[in-house]
Amino acid sequence: MVESKHQWKAWLYLLPAIVLLLVFTVYPIFNTVRISLLEEYGAMAEMGLDEGEYFNFGLGNYEKVLQYKDFILCLKNTAILCVATVPISTILALLIAVALNSIKPLQKTLQTIFFLPYVTNSIAIGMVFAAMFNIVDYNAENILNSQSLGIINNVIQFFGGNPISWINQGSSYMANITVMIVYIVWNALPFKILILLGGLQSINKQYYDAAKVDGTPKWRVLTRVTVPLLSPMLAYVIITGFIGGFKEYSSIVGIFGDKMGPAHDPGLLNTMVGFVYDSIEKDRQGLASAAALILFGIILVVTLINNYVIKKRVHY
Amino acid sequence: MKVVLENLTKIFPSRDKKAGKEVVAVNDFNFEIPDGKLIGLLGPSGCGKSTTLYMISGLQKPTSGKIFFGDDDVTELSTENRGIGLVFQNYALYPHMTVKQNILFPLQNLKGKDKLPKQEMLERAYEAARLVQIDDLMDRKPSELSGGQQQRVAIARALVKMPRVLLLDEPLSNLDARLRLQTREEIRRIQKETGITTVFVTHDQEEAMSISDMIVVMKLGVVQQIGAPQDVYDDPGNLFVAKFLGTPPINVLEGTVQDGKVYIGEDAVLNITGVEDQDVYIGIRPEGLEPAADGALVCHLNSLEVMGRDSSVVCTNEASLNPVIRAIINSDIKIDAASDVVRFDVKPHKFFLFNKETEERIRYEVN
Repeated sequence: MVESKHQWKAWLYLLPAIVLLLVFTVYPIFNTVRISLLEEYGAMAEMGLDEGEYFNFGLGNYEKVLQYKDFILCLKNTAILCVATVPISTILALLIAVALNSIKPLQKTLQTIFFLPYVTNSIAIGMVFAAMFNIVDYNAENILNSQSLGIINNVIQFFGGNPISWINQGSSYMANITVMIVYIVWNALPFKILILLGGLQSINKQYYDAAKVDGTPKWRVLTRVTVPLLSPMLAYVIITGFIGGFKEYSSIVGIFGDKMGPAHDPGLLNTMVGFVYDSIEKDRQGLASAAALILFGIILVVTLINNYVIKKRVHY
Repeated sequence: MKVVLENLTKIFPSRDKKAGKEVVAVNDFNFEIPDGKLIGLLGPSGCGKSTTLYMISGLQKPTSGKIFFGDDDVTELSTENRGIGLVFQNYALYPHMTVKQNILFPLQNLKGKDKLPKQEMLERAYEAARLVQIDDLMDRKPSELSGGQQQRVAIARALVKMPRVLLLDEPLSNLDARLRLQTREEIRRIQKETGITTVFVTHDQEEAMSISDMIVVMKLGVVQQIGAPQDVYDDPGNLFVAKFLGTPPINVLEGTVQDGKVYIGEDAVLNITGVEDQDVYIGIRPEGLEPAADGALVCHLNSLEVMGRDSSVVCTNEASLNPVIRAIINSDIKIDAASDVVRFDVKPHKFFLFNKETEERIRYEVN
């Protein structure tokens, strides 16, 4: 406890942080809630208000958001990306981390290589991925006559398959989503590997010696010893994975540009955060706030469910 | 199952290739552990006792030498095929499993013809739990157990496979003093009941002496002496062994042998034969000093500590290598605490001579 005589000092030291938090975090949160409840609110509209006029107070923004076809599409995209990428990236990260942890030579080098995507700009990575899946010099009449098909299609052709239009004109929703899943999983791996590798290295080696003495097969060591001992880290990685997944936005921009979809169908791959940004751009801050709070609600519920499930599985 | 160690050597390569020297952790260890005995590997830290244990377990490969279980050469055999039970220093119980699951775990790993039906696994687990008296704790997690209970679970887990050899790494080091006494009796009892050849490692000589059938004293990878605890105590082979065993520790003094007499300073304390004239180290057990009015060894009395049954006389002598000389005497013998000087006679069988260079024991006959 700080002695009461010197309490003002403590507050003084805290002041800069508190002021920043109040201005940039606390106030915006309350303001978001307020704006979301002002029907038809927009910044321009507010400036145009005459004396005595005001926005109606109510849940109109929420109703509107939920009725929007675009919003439902965004919700669907976000959910698909979350549900597909979190388990895939977690399992892959676990296997890679276990493999990395069990090799001695080059461990540090490989660790660095696996961590590189984390420190690379996600838009830049997205553009590289777009190039890999792209069809350069695109010939709409006959895809096989196109000059260059991008690395992925080259590989498919090498193994005797037909090239697929992944992200260009005429590409299917399935192809688009597949590209997004590959990209997001790849992008999510480094952080997860880092966390899980850290967790693995802090597990006491004696557990493995004990397992060895008992002749435990490798697979059983992984499922009965490693995974349970790693469960707090796994829980962390899964929860943050879902939260990140629900905030997915820049990855789509990276690959499809700010049209958020292939050329023939802009907005096809839009996400919830994308919807919020779009609404702000259209000067419909009321809608944007409502959508943001709905997103918050969803993340809250998902995290609570995660926590509930994890509490049953993470034990010790 | 007897365990034979033949020229067992373990060399750890140096970590830093340029600067370092390799470390000889265990040097040419030869020993035949008789069937069904409890053996204590004893020595200060870094003496190679744990390395020896881990080589017997198979978790570490010897650099050279052989290990036999009975007549089987197990040197090249991997850990899981040796049929050993190993209790780790901090038990290594799986924290996410209950006691029952922990004990069952080794059985569930058995494959092929060794595989047991579920019912039998449970019976074996309960049998092992009853042996170490934890069968009422089967549904607890390790974190809900005391240190002593965790220790028992670890032993049960090691015993459930019915190992040929049981290995314990510092089994008592994580327990408090009271529990330590209790648990060491317990280990003795379990070993007697199962009759499994057991090797345990400790740095605590009292612990090793109290329960072992035989002790192996090690120093810097080299075996110093092997024998029954009392024999090693009564007849130490060198100064290190003499100093390592016994609480309070042996009194070590500088002295000389001249014309069949052992001198400490000016005092001729013992007449002996069979030893050439030379400078020596002298080791006297605390119980080997007997106060006597006309005693040969003259010391400066510091204090008298009364402990009831015994008293401890604390005194100093210029020749002593320890800060003080300690004598344990029967409290019936009265010492004048006000006096500055105390005189002792020495008991020859508690009085050892050691070569000053090699620190090896010099045998003598009392004249």
